[in-house]
Amino acid sequence: MRKESWKLLSLFALLALVAASCAQAPAESATFTIGFTASITGKYEVSSAAQVNAFTMWMDEINAAGGIELGDGSIITFDTVFYDDESNTERVQELYTRLATEDNADFLISPYSSGLTAAAAVIAEQYGKVMITTGAASDETYQAGYTHVFQTYTPSSRYLTGAIDHLGTIDPSVTKIAFVYENDKFSTGVVTAAKDYAESLGYEVVLFEGYDSETVDFAPFINKIEAAAPEAIMGGGHRVDGKAFALQLYEKGLPINYFAVLVAPPEPEFAELGDAALGVIGPSQWEPLAAFTPESAADAGLEWFGVLGADFTENYIAAFDAEPSYHAAGGYAAGLILEKAIRDADSIDPEALKTALEAMDILTFYGRIKFDTTPESHGLQIGHDMVYIQWQMVDGTLAKQVVWPLEGATAETIYPIYE
Amino acid sequence: MLDILLPSLADGLLLGFVYGLAAMGLTLIWGVMDVINLSHGPIIALGMYGIYLTFTNLGLNPYLAIILVAIAGLLLGVLIYGVAVHRVINAPHLSTLLATFSVNMILIGIGTAVFTTTPRNIDFSLGSVTMGPITLPGKRIAAALAALLVTGLLYLFLYRSRPGKHIRAVTDNRAAAELMGIRSSMILALSFGLGTMLAAISGGLIATFFPFTILSGGGYELKSFVIGVLGGLGNPLGALLGGLILGALEGIIPVFMKTTWVPVLEFILFVLILLIRPSGLLGKKS
Repeated sequence: MRKESWKLLSLFALLALVAASCAQAPAESATFTIGFTASITGKYEVSSAAQVNAFTMWMDEINAAGGIELGDGSIITFDTVFYDDESNTERVQELYTRLATEDNADFLISPYSSGLTAAAAVIAEQYGKVMITTGAASDETYQAGYTHVFQTYTPSSRYLTGAIDHLGTIDPSVTKIAFVYENDKFSTGVVTAAKDYAESLGYEVVLFEGYDSETVDFAPFINKIEAAAPEAIMGGGHRVDGKAFALQLYEKGLPINYFAVLVAPPEPEFAELGDAALGVIGPSQWEPLAAFTPESAADAGLEWFGVLGADFTENYIAAFDAEPSYHAAGGYAAGLILEKAIRDADSIDPEALKTALEAMDILTFYGRIKFDTTPESHGLQIGHDMVYIQWQMVDGTLAKQVVWPLEGATAETIYPIYE
Repeated sequence: MLDILLPSLADGLLLGFVYGLAAMGLTLIWGVMDVINLSHGPIIALGMYGIYLTFTNLGLNPYLAIILVAIAGLLLGVLIYGVAVHRVINAPHLSTLLATFSVNMILIGIGTAVFTTTPRNIDFSLGSVTMGPITLPGKRIAAALAALLVTGLLYLFLYRSRPGKHIRAVTDNRAAAELMGIRSSMILALSFGLGTMLAAISGGLIATFFPFTILSGGGYELKSFVIGVLGGLGNPLGALLGGLILGALEGIIPVFMKTTWVPVLEFILFVLILLIRPSGLLGKKS
């Protein structure tokens, strides 16, 4: 009897021990590896650095907060594997293959630029890795039948259409537009869509001509523009050429009413142009002035997610001693989208993440995020809209002001810019 | 048509003077020591930053700052020669190509780390001059005049000064020059320095009217090769003539066709010159 009692007691003790150990077992944790390439060298170095800095800032913040806890109690923390793609397409293909096969990255973030991202997207799709793209606005990547690639940026087909709406609103008498643009994938896509849109509204496109990527001498174009006598000029491409175009257009003193160029104007160094910057308009994916808040999310009937724009800006300045550009905001937004997808999916399974991304419709500090789920344009960003900034003189200093859309405008448009 | 052609030609010619100056640096080094200097591009870019930094930090007039940039370019060239070129000067061409290419990579790497690839420009204006249908920015006129002045000074140096005559002697026949007591190592170092000085000056002048990054020199280096072949490798005056021809082409071609045809036609000209007159327009016939 005493022996049986002893056995029973031992059994209870064992069960109690197992139960206790189960209750005290730490939640299972997993490290989620995010792979990407950064243009540490080459022509995309500055924009890529801002993108990567902000993405890494998001990751560090999440890890510092203890990671993401899933419904089963497991904790997901994040790590990255990345390489220098040298701003080179061939390197991107080689390195994303390595990320997918040798490094076994769980998830991919795109490199900077449409060209490099197109190369990376092929690899992501081929190896079934979900990839959020940022710093890449070209529409074509999402019209190739891919199902694992999701875009953060407003697509290039909508980059300048807002400028045409803006022009039509401030001066309905304008009839002639000239497009002068960089001959690359991104810029050509933007201006082709803008030209179609302008013509559909009855504008006459008096000049439509591209230039090589290294062009800094715009004198031949400006002489052609002078002969064609448009009231508005749109186009540009990237940072150096955009600055060069604005500077030389100003120096030639053409009577232009409206001048909108891609990429260069939202960058802080555009102010180095001095008087030549005044009045120049540029589309931007995001501006620190943009006021997306939980209240505006509620007004729009959307779910709010993530930090406020002011907090993002403050944290970025504290970390990197520079005001965040929209490239930086895009990098951070990519992290937020991944975080939201993991929370919604309550899993890190790629197919569950893909399903969560397809269902996503949220408002963040960066704007609205919603993806096209049709087979024709799967993953294309359809929620986010551009804001248009114009360089104006504020208290004697050149400063960016949001001039379009009107509901987000912080100042009236200077029009015409050169009289 | 004429209302586009004339201003475009004038713009192109003014730019051509500066192209010619950049090519002069490349062609001088080639003429004296048979070295194709692949670090020419980043040195042009460093010239741009020299002007930018002295203008933004010290408020120095860009045309005065050119003197400082020229001195720095000369010293940098002598340093590059001593470190990377001197030991391989008598080796096959591939060795000097690789040596200067290595310098190119080093300068771009350091330049990217220090300056990033953020585009910079100099907020400096000289207004513009209007003559009938032609409006010319003052900065381009000033750059063309500066390029002419530097060319004139180079000619005076090469033809009137003792070191200049030594350079020409070494160019003609290094062995014979050494037998006459000329220290060819010093002359080669000086020539390399002068070549990089011209590159730096042209970069500085370009920076007064075009935005730039540390990568911007590559395009001008390529143009310098075309101009060098066009004008005659080793002939500074040929470089200036080649620069003007290239500038004029860049001005005129876009009037009649899309600007994307400019490099196509430029390089067709490059091949034609190599086939028909390999020594260039003003080069010595071999």
